[in-house]
Amino acid sequence: MTAVLEISGLQKTYRSRKGVRRALDGFDMTVEAGQVHGFLGPNGSGKTTTLRTLLGLIKPNGGRMAILGREVPESLPEVAGQVGAIVESPQFFGNFTAQDTLSLLADAGGVHKDRVVAVLELVGLRDRAKDRVKTYSLGMKQRLAVASALLKEPKLLILDEPANGLDPGGIREMRTLMRNLAESGMTVVLSSHILGEIQLICDSVTIISGGRRVAAGSVADVLKSNTSSSVKVALEPGVDMRNAIELLRANGAQVTVEHDHFTVGNAGNPAQITRILAEREIYVSELTPVSADLESVFLQLTGTAPVEGQNRQVDQTAAAPAPANGGWGQ
Amino acid sequence: MSLYSAETRRLTKRRFTKLFLLGVTLILLAVAAGMFFTNEKVGPEQIASAQAQAQQEFQRSQEQFQRDMTQCQADQGTAQASNWPPGCEGMVEPTADDFQAQWFMPPTFDFRESFPDMVTTLAALLALVAFIVGASFVGAEWSSGGMMNLLLWRPQRLKVLGTKLAALLVFFTALTVVFSAVWTGLFYLIAQARGTSESMTSGAWQSIGLMELRGLALVIVAGAVGFGLASLGRHTAMALGVTIGAVIVFQFGLGTVLSLASVKFAEAYLIPIWMIAWMDKEVKIEDYNSCDFSSANGCVPDSLTLTWPMAGGILAAVFVLIVGAAMWTMRSRDVT
Repeated sequence: MTAVLEISGLQKTYRSRKGVRRALDGFDMTVEAGQVHGFLGPNGSGKTTTLRTLLGLIKPNGGRMAILGREVPESLPEVAGQVGAIVESPQFFGNFTAQDTLSLLADAGGVHKDRVVAVLELVGLRDRAKDRVKTYSLGMKQRLAVASALLKEPKLLILDEPANGLDPGGIREMRTLMRNLAESGMTVVLSSHILGEIQLICDSVTIISGGRRVAAGSVADVLKSNTSSSVKVALEPGVDMRNAIELLRANGAQVTVEHDHFTVGNAGNPAQITRILAEREIYVSELTPVSADLESVFLQLTGTAPVEGQNRQVDQTAAAPAPANGGWGQ
Repeated sequence: MSLYSAETRRLTKRRFTKLFLLGVTLILLAVAAGMFFTNEKVGPEQIASAQAQAQQEFQRSQEQFQRDMTQCQADQGTAQASNWPPGCEGMVEPTADDFQAQWFMPPTFDFRESFPDMVTTLAALLALVAFIVGASFVGAEWSSGGMMNLLLWRPQRLKVLGTKLAALLVFFTALTVVFSAVWTGLFYLIAQARGTSESMTSGAWQSIGLMELRGLALVIVAGAVGFGLASLGRHTAMALGVTIGAVIVFQFGLGTVLSLASVKFAEAYLIPIWMIAWMDKEVKIEDYNSCDFSSANGCVPDSLTLTWPMAGGILAAVFVLIVGAAMWTMRSRDVT
């Protein structure tokens, strides 16, 4: 497969009176052709800075970027016709209608006017096309933004939070649209915080935190390589759970107590649990591996999981723990 | 070319542009209507009426003079004598020349004499509209995010801003040319109906044409400055704020300070005098605190003449400075 989008060692530094802030600190990203690629990261991690830099809105301090095999920003004017993008929240001049807005963009980009009608139909705004944009809901503006990105039939579509403000039906429509576009050969880069959606739609993901890539690859690979060796343990009814927990903790297990069961977080060898408990005549009724989803992997990798009693600040990330290879019991 | 036509379409589709053009058209029509109704054509009837009125006033003044002279002479030797010149000798008897018929003529629109002021009015109004529409045209694009959208389509910053500016200036050039032509025609008709255009020679027409061209330049510079300031601040309010600040600082603050400090030719530091110099070809400022003595003319105050090339140089410098700064920041600043 060929790479449609390549970023390596991208750097962006902001200097102010408060000091220097590295928004991007050697960030790398590769997106293969025909994929739907999820671009994930907590607030302030550098997602939007990356997209803006890629699209020529921000000048980087270092690194290399290429779109469709052409170096950018140098060749951006040549490849811009093949890249459709929305960055951050959709922003349009409120007094123009959707039809006017798209028609002006089509004029500016040399796109045939027929495309305006086609994309309005595609995003479900056909019947509201002649209403002024300021009368639109956030979800409708989002649809218009997607329509503007699709106007020039791009080979690469970059969408920053496209599901933001959409109703559940709209989110499902957007998901289907992304899939259909990818099947038609378009490469889609999707930035979103709705991780369930990303897991459903995307073929591959890049996760950014603190301006650096912390994970990349197919969704399955990222999940697999970052899945913890946690197991859920339930005991026979009537057995005192506290004895079992103390016993396991004494043997080095990381135990999290739930309502009617507990979880061992570093269970590299689950048989060890049954052996230790059985030696004290405590028998387990359930021993199930805890499967990780993208959300938990994301929280783990970016160090942004909520901690009880603490208010996490934007830009504040805990050091991401090393993936659990092995662990207690091995 | 597609970008240029899109920008022209964007400019003319904006409600703000339409409202301001409608507003300025109504104001100009009100000015023209006012001139039409407050002037009238002068014929033998009006001349005869003015002469009669002048004669009447002359007689009334003579009668008043006679009454005053009689009273003065009667008051001599009494306490009221101090109300009159000593010996009633300083009292001036009115003459017929003191009551010329022309002063009693109704106002009439002399095209050659009065139309230049109308050209200045048109240029000032259109310059104001060009400034505000120019500022709003790019300022609203920046603040609404439209500029970012456009740059995603055409990632050539200077080309995008330059094309926007070109669309604005070409639009206002065309508008000013059309308005100037209509304005000239309208006042020519007013002069025909309510005054005279008899003194118009080809030289006078040429002078009016050149004045309208200077008005066009003023409109273009005002539009470019509004556009440039709003682009620098990435908001319409930036241009309007700077303008209000400049008016307060230059017209009121600086004017007061210079006046208190008795600075020679203080008016030369203020903006309006340069606008007048530009439109009227020259303006003479006099320093009444000085005395340039000559045996022929006595004490004559020092004077400074501001000419249209000097004013043109300042306009060009402001244009280059602000548009240049807007282009430079467009090229170098991140779009966030």
